[in-house]
Amino acid sequence: MPPLPESARSAAPAPAAARQARTLSAACPSCGDPLDAEDRFCGGCGHDLTAAAPQPAPGGAGGSEAGSDGASDAAGASAGRAGGTPPAPRAAEPAPEAAAPGRPDAGRADDAAGAGRAGRLADAESTDAFLLAPPQAADSDTLVLAGVARPADPREEMRDDARERDVPQEEAREQPAAGRPDAPATPTADGPVCVACGLGGVDEDGYCEHCGHAQPRQRDHQEKELEGVAAVSDRGLRHHRNEDAFTLGTASLPDGSPAVAAVVCDGVSTAYRPDDASAAAAAAGSDSLLASLERGAPPEEAMRTALMAAFDAVVALAAEEDPDAPPHHNSPACTCVSAVVTGPVFTVGWIGDSRAYWIPDDRGLPSSRLTEDDSWAARMVAAGLMTEAEAYADERAHAITGWLGADAVEVDPHVAAFQPEGTGVIVVCTDGLWNYAESAAEMAEAVPPDARTRPLHSARALLGLALDGGGHDNVTVAVLPFPAAVSRAGFPPAT
Amino acid sequence: MANFSKSNVPQFSVDVYQNEFLPEGGREVNAIVTVTSTGGGTSGGRPADGQSGPSAGVVLMVDCSGSMEYPPTKMRGAREATAVAIDALRDGVSFAVVAGTHQAREVFPANGALAVAGPATRAQAKQALRKLTAGGGTAIGTWLRLADRLLGGAEVSIRHGILLTDGRNEHEKPEELQAALDSCAGRFTCDARGVGTDWEVKELTGIASALLGSVDIVADPQGLAADFQSMMENAMGKEVADVALRLWTPQGSEIAFVKQVAPTVEDLTARRTEAGPRAGDYPTGSWGDESRDYHVQVRVPAAGVGQEMLAARLSLVLPQPDGAPRVLGQGLVRAVWTDDMASSTRISPQVAHYTGQAELAQVIQQGLEARKAGDLDGATAKLGRAVQLASASGNADTAKLLAKVVDVVDAASGTVRLKARVADADEMTLETRSTKTVRVKK
Repeated sequence: MPPLPESARSAAPAPAAARQARTLSAACPSCGDPLDAEDRFCGGCGHDLTAAAPQPAPGGAGGSEAGSDGASDAAGASAGRAGGTPPAPRAAEPAPEAAAPGRPDAGRADDAAGAGRAGRLADAESTDAFLLAPPQAADSDTLVLAGVARPADPREEMRDDARERDVPQEEAREQPAAGRPDAPATPTADGPVCVACGLGGVDEDGYCEHCGHAQPRQRDHQEKELEGVAAVSDRGLRHHRNEDAFTLGTASLPDGSPAVAAVVCDGVSTAYRPDDASAAAAAAGSDSLLASLERGAPPEEAMRTALMAAFDAVVALAAEEDPDAPPHHNSPACTCVSAVVTGPVFTVGWIGDSRAYWIPDDRGLPSSRLTEDDSWAARMVAAGLMTEAEAYADERAHAITGWLGADAVEVDPHVAAFQPEGTGVIVVCTDGLWNYAESAAEMAEAVPPDARTRPLHSARALLGLALDGGGHDNVTVAVLPFPAAVSRAGFPPAT
Repeated sequence: MANFSKSNVPQFSVDVYQNEFLPEGGREVNAIVTVTSTGGGTSGGRPADGQSGPSAGVVLMVDCSGSMEYPPTKMRGAREATAVAIDALRDGVSFAVVAGTHQAREVFPANGALAVAGPATRAQAKQALRKLTAGGGTAIGTWLRLADRLLGGAEVSIRHGILLTDGRNEHEKPEELQAALDSCAGRFTCDARGVGTDWEVKELTGIASALLGSVDIVADPQGLAADFQSMMENAMGKEVADVALRLWTPQGSEIAFVKQVAPTVEDLTARRTEAGPRAGDYPTGSWGDESRDYHVQVRVPAAGVGQEMLAARLSLVLPQPDGAPRVLGQGLVRAVWTDDMASSTRISPQVAHYTGQAELAQVIQQGLEARKAGDLDGATAKLGRAVQLASASGNADTAKLLAKVVDVVDAASGTVRLKARVADADEMTLETRSTKTVRVKK
């Protein structure tokens, strides 16, 4: 690939493609002022440079899925498929939600939040209210588990996501209008080449032999898609490593119906080995959850058990002897949020400030935040001492009051079950995402209308939202369709 | 059993201590590198199997200038100390004794080569010492050149000199000594000792520094024997010579400095020799079972928050006869840009400690300089700061030496009064040992 300025984060995921495109255009398209690689707005005229990225379709009132899709892609600047990607069985479906006004038409998450809300203020005002039906006993006659999740996509494997290689060729084909001047060069034959300077080889420690820049690591950007659930995790733009982790899994309940689960964990940066903590918690939580469900445990009990298993896994890290540990370090710690879909019910469990949202397909219905943060801000609001706006404006807002780790003050796993009336998706995410779409209405705005049928695309679009907003933290988001999409004909095989 | 296919090289470990986090726009990366060599099979210079050590050659250079006769105990002390050093020679080590005046003269074996230590040669060498008499001038450059010729002609892997003098290098120009040092640097290592108080501290520290050896004062000739014994044991403990600290830095970075900071402060920055693209070697001399610390400061190009880069790759390399140097150990110095102020403003305790130790050495030298120049206020300020630094870092030895030069009113605040009378020996001891550091308190 062509050399980039060292300051450009060329290691960025495909969402960076749009940014790189800008990077390479040296002058503002509006006033001609020279631009810097990092500029998001022109220094001369204030032109929004994100908007300058060519769009395959106009945003806004497009009633077609393709149109809105294109816009949402741009919104996310995501590596997601172009509007034309063939989700054939569903492409013809009417997409009334696509007509919702205020689709972010140029990737401005902040604008999107405001404009979007303006568009359906009435709904938005009520979306945080808890309107879901109470949980009911699982009814398993409607869904059949297809068996093991099949690889729907080469992307399914967790893998080293050298980002410039992450744009499959068909996407490039599908998006000619998007014009990617930096379309990836085919990787050279003799070993990897530095993603920062394009000149040096990469040494065994993962640094460029010419400019010294760290090369993307496996955890910097990860994607996974199982049938009926997908997740994306990214380092973001301001952190040097990804301390988030997630696991996805499916299980077969004793009655043969499927359970689809996602576990998302966010390592606490001020603790020691936060990346190991989140990975351990996600793995242990998922294993425990699926095993309990397969044994026939009620989902709520399975969820509580899983949170405790995740907790124990993180506590166990603290007990490990580590000669490299600094003398006075905080025990490894992380947050955890998990959702599992079982028949007509889904169950959410969490410790800390990672969240789950319910986003119904019919955006006329209220979306909802399903979790209550274990955080300073949430406590302030709950205690009636501050308004939500005041609390979240405070620098202590994100101080968490509950976490997984040996030094946790109290362990209070929260579990809630829901039985929504319609179809939709459960968005399970870390604060790296919800900082940019805090309320349920904002999140609903950001979730593409076809999220239920294309969860991976949606997860990427949401990641794009966070990165466009500044990517100040690691970002992890899992999208779980409800009801479980396992073995459904409508689920398009990813290409 | 000795493994002859691999020279008897100890295990080297490299530990890097740093705060890798830089604020946005930050460019300066500091790291303390601790290099420890162990397992060379030595302890105090006496391996269990006397024959298994590496081949070593040692030349003892004894000042025999006229001043050594005043007082006569000086020459006697020098003779006795040299005899003790000869006794400390391991069997099989090649050695020679050189008498230094305004010229250099071979005393033993006096055949243009080195003798091999054994009961017989040791006895003969001590016999030859009796013929040492004082008379003549001082031209240390000539001594070093002779030692270099003798050591260079021997088939040994470790070459070391021990130099004893009592006076200034008066019978050759400073440039001549410098030229001799330049030609000897990297060919052998040399410890230097000054006996009495008539020698020049800068001259001897310059010699020891150029030849990667130690320097010290032996104010009382009575103390020479013990000092020579420990110097020789130290030399006998060396297992590997010519080890270099190799620093690779990425494109766009530059090395601000490379200093040895323990056991003594020694600036190596100017002693770089290029070793391939963006890499340079800094000499560290010979190693036995020991540990040394280095302070490396690299200036990297500023990068955005969230970026990470390798600021330097450090390796210890040993040149091999067949070309490709052997890497004995390595460590990485990283730079990570963050907007977390708590991370980027933290100073590595090791870096802070050695920054203080280096400043301590500097303010002692500046303080003594000011005192000699009659700038009493400047001297008080500098030496006060030295007292403060020595006290805060737990450098008790240096604190004691300082207390002989100043009256300490309050160590914590660095309040001192210059002593009206200071013994020359005390002042010279402080100056000579100003570069001695202590390690970080664990």
